[in-house]
Amino acid sequence: MSTANFNRLTPYLFLAPAVVIMALALLYPLGYMVYGSFRDWDPSQALGESTFVGLANYVTLWNDPNFRESVGVTLKFAVSVVSVEMVIGVGLALLLDRKLRGMSILRTLFILPMMIAPVVVGLIWRYMYHPSVGIFNNTLKSLGLESVDWLGQHALLSIIIADIWQWTPFIFILSLAALQSLPRSALEAARIDGATGWQQIIHIKLPLMMPVLIVTGLLRLIDAFKVLEVILVMTEGGPGLSTEILALRISRTATEFRELGVAAAMSGYLLLMLMTLTITMLAYNKIQEYRAARAIRAIEEDM
Amino acid sequence: MSAQTDHSQSQHPAFYAVIVMLVIMAVGPIVLMFTSSFKLDVDIISGTSGLLFLPTIQNYETALCDVLPYELEHLDFCALKFGGAFVNSLIIALVSTVLTLIIGCMAAYALVRFRFMGRDTVSGSTLMVRMVPPAVLLVPVFGLWNNEFCISKASWLGSWIREEFGGRGDVCLAGTHSGIILIYVAMNLPFVIWILQSFIVQVPRQLEEAARMDGAGPFQVFFKVVLPLIKPGLAAAAIFTFRIAWNEYLLASALSDRDTKTVPILIVNNMSEFNIEWGVIMATGMLLAIPPIIFTLFASRQIITGMTAGAVKG
Repeated sequence: MSTANFNRLTPYLFLAPAVVIMALALLYPLGYMVYGSFRDWDPSQALGESTFVGLANYVTLWNDPNFRESVGVTLKFAVSVVSVEMVIGVGLALLLDRKLRGMSILRTLFILPMMIAPVVVGLIWRYMYHPSVGIFNNTLKSLGLESVDWLGQHALLSIIIADIWQWTPFIFILSLAALQSLPRSALEAARIDGATGWQQIIHIKLPLMMPVLIVTGLLRLIDAFKVLEVILVMTEGGPGLSTEILALRISRTATEFRELGVAAAMSGYLLLMLMTLTITMLAYNKIQEYRAARAIRAIEEDM
Repeated sequence: MSAQTDHSQSQHPAFYAVIVMLVIMAVGPIVLMFTSSFKLDVDIISGTSGLLFLPTIQNYETALCDVLPYELEHLDFCALKFGGAFVNSLIIALVSTVLTLIIGCMAAYALVRFRFMGRDTVSGSTLMVRMVPPAVLLVPVFGLWNNEFCISKASWLGSWIREEFGGRGDVCLAGTHSGIILIYVAMNLPFVIWILQSFIVQVPRQLEEAARMDGAGPFQVFFKVVLPLIKPGLAAAAIFTFRIAWNEYLLASALSDRDTKTVPILIVNNMSEFNIEWGVIMATGMLLAIPPIIFTLFASRQIITGMTAGAVKG
């Protein structure tokens, strides 16, 4: 092979392994899932041996009250988790955005909960929520208060609290980064004009951070739909269906009830929901980028 | 510098109280797991809280009983094969990290230098993949790895593997380390390509051209010039890949068999038992958490770079 020929092929050689692996282990499985969702398929058969049932799996699910409840739980979980985390995370970022010695240590400690395995997070919280050995009930008891049935009656609230513990730092770190990359000139101008701290936050910092905040919130929302291990370890979806989010239901339908077709259809629904979210996010991102650029130009011209 | 010190000294005391509270809330649960892993179950159940207990490593011994060189007195039967699972986890996480980095690096380099697709296309597809939950991959991956990604036992390679390693039926990806590694590499590639791209863009082209003038081929330019310059990006990518491969439970549980179980699977299986031995479970949890904790303590800056690159730079 001549050198020129080789050079022309180089980019393809560099790209080939990545393309092959992603096609084989991501795209093909996703297509396989969509195909399987139209079939009556159980784990003992190969997909080719199963019978085609059209949209039957999707229709059954649509009318299945358990599935609907599961969707409801997922939405409730995702929305409440993201809104609380956004408020606390952004609030903390605004509070801690000052020159502080040891800030890097603080950030390091804050990202620990995100880095350890979700399985371990579930484990820790299940331990803390435990009715007799858990630290929460022991504290309540020593204060002379009545103990709370954390993972029973209040299971959904309990998993929400655990998720807030784990993921608020994510919002905090992203909003802090956004805060620190704000144009200094705009903030200084506001200070010279005599804006108070609150006025600066509401009229300058928050609007300028908004594009990043929206993206952060949507990223977190997408991730909240993917949470599974923490809940699996803490409650296994129970009691009843009270904490059975969609991801958990998919895995149970596939492994316990052995209905792969139905599980695939469920995955289809979940993917559809997430796709809508992602496309919203991409579209919003584009619009906001454009607007922010214009806003910054306007502020700089004002000065 | 002095102005900065003055500024930080002028903070309100309540401000520091808030910070201390936050640190306790963030790290407290992990510290609790750490201390509990050194407690006997008697101490845990009796509820003598705080630090008034005799620390013991018995829980860790129970957890690691299959790899300890000595016999344990408190244990007649080694039920928890934690050591083996730990080795599986290590193999899977390390191999998938290395493979993802090599493959991702090459792809990112090609995308940047040879201008295949715009950055927008790549970041768009990264997001699209990020959107896909592991639970959605569960069903197809289970089906494919068990039924389609197989070598027939009639072929020469298949029959050779069956003769060498035993077992029955066709040789399939499911149940092997490679099967789990394949899906982890695929899952992590988009993110790794995307983050490395943003580092490679900053490598000055002239450097590469100078190397080429000196007679280096494209592969030499890549390995000797580009790679050393993007080390911080590589570190961030490596940590994120390792973290996912090390922590993942769902897909591993669908794809592994008795001999390829990873640590998260073992922990979940033990949690669903009726009588939970909290001390031992906490010790296993601690062992699973140690590698990510070490990474975080030593490379938090790279982690934060990787995290913020997503939203802040766009």
